[in-house]
Amino acid sequence: MSLRNFDTRAGLARLILMERIRAFEETARRAAVEEGLVLGAIHLSIGQEAVAVGLIESLRRDDYITSTHRGHGHTLAKGADPQAMMKELLGRAGGCCGGKGGSMHIADFGVGMLGANGVVSANITIAAGAAHGVKLLGGDQVVVCFFGDGAANRGPFLEGLNWAGVFDLPILFVCEDNRYSASTLTAAMTSGNVAGRARALGLRVTEIDGNDVEELAQVAAEITARIRETGQPEFLHALTYRLDGHTYFDPATYRPEGEAERMRAERDPIARQRELLFEAGLSVAELNTVREAARDEMAAALEAARAAPWPDEASVFDDVQDVGSPAMEAF
Amino acid sequence: MAVMSYADAAKLAVAEAMREDDRVWCVGEDLGRGGVFKQYTGLVEEFGPKRISDAPISEAAIMGAAFGAAMVGTRPIVEMRFADFALCATDELVNQIAKARFMFGGQSRAPMVIRKPMGMWRSSAAQHSQSLEGWYAHIPGLVVCCPATPQDNYAMMRAAIACDDPVVYLEHKNIWALEGEVDTSLRGEFGKARLRRSGGDVTIVSWSDTANVAEAAAGALADRGIAAEVIDLISLWPWDKRAVLDSVRKTGRLIVAHEAVAVGGFGAEVVATVAQSGARLSAPPVRLGAPRSLVSYAPNLEDKLRVTAAMIAEAADKMMEAEPA
Repeated sequence: MSLRNFDTRAGLARLILMERIRAFEETARRAAVEEGLVLGAIHLSIGQEAVAVGLIESLRRDDYITSTHRGHGHTLAKGADPQAMMKELLGRAGGCCGGKGGSMHIADFGVGMLGANGVVSANITIAAGAAHGVKLLGGDQVVVCFFGDGAANRGPFLEGLNWAGVFDLPILFVCEDNRYSASTLTAAMTSGNVAGRARALGLRVTEIDGNDVEELAQVAAEITARIRETGQPEFLHALTYRLDGHTYFDPATYRPEGEAERMRAERDPIARQRELLFEAGLSVAELNTVREAARDEMAAALEAARAAPWPDEASVFDDVQDVGSPAMEAF
Repeated sequence: MAVMSYADAAKLAVAEAMREDDRVWCVGEDLGRGGVFKQYTGLVEEFGPKRISDAPISEAAIMGAAFGAAMVGTRPIVEMRFADFALCATDELVNQIAKARFMFGGQSRAPMVIRKPMGMWRSSAAQHSQSLEGWYAHIPGLVVCCPATPQDNYAMMRAAIACDDPVVYLEHKNIWALEGEVDTSLRGEFGKARLRRSGGDVTIVSWSDTANVAEAAAGALADRGIAAEVIDLISLWPWDKRAVLDSVRKTGRLIVAHEAVAVGGFGAEVVATVAQSGARLSAPPVRLGAPRSLVSYAPNLEDKLRVTAAMIAEAADKMMEAEPA
């Protein structure tokens, strides 16, 4: 990214959001490791924040996204309340899913975030269906479906992309390629390549540096505007890198020695954005203020979550089903 | 009251609901040509190909996409062609659709009807003949319905389309042509059984096409002076425990008959519920279902797995002969 045409204000907003996502996840990780407050597995998107921020910036509040088990960044970027999210990670009342879903099922339908998903690739057909529903209802929303490189090896990838092409649906499939399918190098388990598969299914494909938030934001704005106008699905292959393990307790020793360190030093999207803003005239103190504000915000979210009670036990039977509800039928 | 087939009764219910509510649409393989069993014939002419939508042979996408479309405000009717093929969409149904409302803390609903033609249909062999209703009854979040007559296929389909929960709707392939009177003013109620025949000697609980078999058995038993009460559960979740318990308290004898494999079948749930209720039985309860084997292509082998009227009647005869406990 060169400084030519650089919009400092927009660039700063992108940094702020990336710092908030990272602070949220670092706070959650500390709460898990040091205090055991986060109860289940959490999957951190540290190092991948630019994809969420760059893509979602061009969406309206009533546009829809679907996400994966690594979904905190997408959810925050779509506008969810970090306090409600942190309560969810702690399994508390007031969590965005009432404490029933946790990190892997985080969702905020109020901002068009139709749910993270614990099953790799499952959200691809669901997202295509959301776009199908938009079209049936005559809406003009766009759907963005985030998934990882590992998802390209499950059937719903083929079925969902084909579906979107067959029915001309307003959806952008975004492959956040972080190189690893859990602990396995995706390339070692993939015949051909992901972008090639999308091309073979007739989708327009863009390949992009997933750690360059400026380029992502610019390209995403063009693509989402085109999808809104044409109603045709597209595919974005964003090359990024997962700086942490698959879960927060995965030391990721399967990676080549020095790989993560090199990626952190050279390609961390937040460090890159800070450098860009520094070159554009912001001081280190101003940039540090952004980071401190994000950390303060997430520390407050954790304190609110820590103080929140467990969910009302009666809610265990709520929202299973209306007909044949366990509240009536259990015995 | 009009007389119509089991297939046409459901089609009428779908058409009426689609006229009343623009959000209702159907999606599945071959629907534009009426569907593999012609249960959609003529609908595409009235509603067009967007609302009677063809689909690629992609069961997972049919189920998953319909779910996504339901989350944003439509009310899909999903055609799975054969209950056996619906297994290709098990993650979408069991892990996604059944759980979404709960996992997301009530933020989403999945008002869907998932049609899965079930059961033995002459010489269709092991991958086109299964009765898996018990699996779905085991999954929290799902409503499970297995109508046996044209009237119930009409009334329950109307109820299923109106329902805000996902309804697994299993129609029996052997009775698409079965004709009967249909009162279109009636709307079904999940969890409310139909008393197919009254009697004080033995209670026969069944559903789907086996309920028709049970009614035939009760006719034969009546000729021998045994008054069987036939309860067609219609829906397995929720199911009408009250109707079953009241009947068993009256008769003191229970037979549960279904086409599905007996082991782990829903008949076990019915028998266990009666046992736990403390109802006094004058003979041990009987479960009639398929042996834990596979459906064959050859008719004589296929028939070895069927629960027949003669088998039900024989079980009742033996119960009546047994000494009261």
